[in-house]
Amino acid sequence: MRRYEAIKAIVDSLDDEFIVACNGLISRELFSIKDRARNFYMLGSMGLASAIGLGVALAKPDKKIIVLDGDGNILMSLGTLATIGKFSPKNLIQLVLDNECYESTGGQDTASLVTKLDVIASSCGFKNSEFVDSLNDLKKVLRAFLNLNGPSFIHVKVDRGKVSVPRVSISPVDIKNRFMRELVEA
Amino acid sequence: MLLKENGFDFYTGVPCSILSDIINYLSKSDRFVYVPATREDEALGIAVGAYMGGKRPVVLMQNSGLGKSIDALTSLILLYRFPILLIISWRGYLGKDAPEHLLMGKYTLDFLKVMNLPTKILSRGILKEQVADSARVLKEREIPVALILKRGVIE
Repeated sequence: MRRYEAIKAIVDSLDDEFIVACNGLISRELFSIKDRARNFYMLGSMGLASAIGLGVALAKPDKKIIVLDGDGNILMSLGTLATIGKFSPKNLIQLVLDNECYESTGGQDTASLVTKLDVIASSCGFKNSEFVDSLNDLKKVLRAFLNLNGPSFIHVKVDRGKVSVPRVSISPVDIKNRFMRELVEA
Repeated sequence: MLLKENGFDFYTGVPCSILSDIINYLSKSDRFVYVPATREDEALGIAVGAYMGGKRPVVLMQNSGLGKSIDALTSLILLYRFPILLIISWRGYLGKDAPEHLLMGKYTLDFLKVMNLPTKILSRGILKEQVADSARVLKEREIPVALILKRGVIE
């Protein structure tokens, strides 16, 4: 499965959930597939999407928070999985789109070829954790996890390769303001 | 507690012996949320999320953690203008400390200055005014503020 297709399948399965997307192509592809005020595009600060998602989930326990992470991002901050496990927010789902490389910078290898990220998440205390490598399984597991108490984790294996997408053209301050407006007022 | 009186209601960070009384107090109290992070930049990420969810967060860290936080400060906190209060303990102050603290101790204020991040060195007699003034800067300018804490200033 291609990452672009996976992100499209994820977005199509969602309704009013909030998404925190990691930096690089994952934010850019999400932006081009479906821009919405409830998407927070993390443009820099690689590794911190899961921490931001945790902060939102703790502050807003009645809202569902989806973290769209990559293998490069999650490997940079595996410790955050332990913090999430300790606080165990019911409303958090973390998906890792794992193509085993840093595609945004030219496709250099990461270590994730041998890393069982779903097992790490379970060991850290995530309540539900699955590995998927097909679009059908991704949709099925995500649909199931949306109706379960979290924290939940989906390790999504995707192919290398990118489609041509523009950069996120919204200013950082606007990304923040519209996301907050939805979170606090809705 | 001074921070609570000024509206701060969410705490995260990584401990330091200088901060131990504050963090122990926050961790034991039912009235505060304190999230122990695994790294200082993770604490900044958690604080950003909590802020967007309507909280007014404080991040506590040792100045060694400032080194780990430079990317999060420049490409997240300052870029998106997140008004987050940082309380940074000052190990290596005046060059009197364990060797691993000496260089960061020497450069702590320079790092903050070069990022143009408003900074106050906390002082016992005017603590109340310093915290109240920081809360005002956060709110009015939508930028972070760093409060530097030397050993012995807060009992």
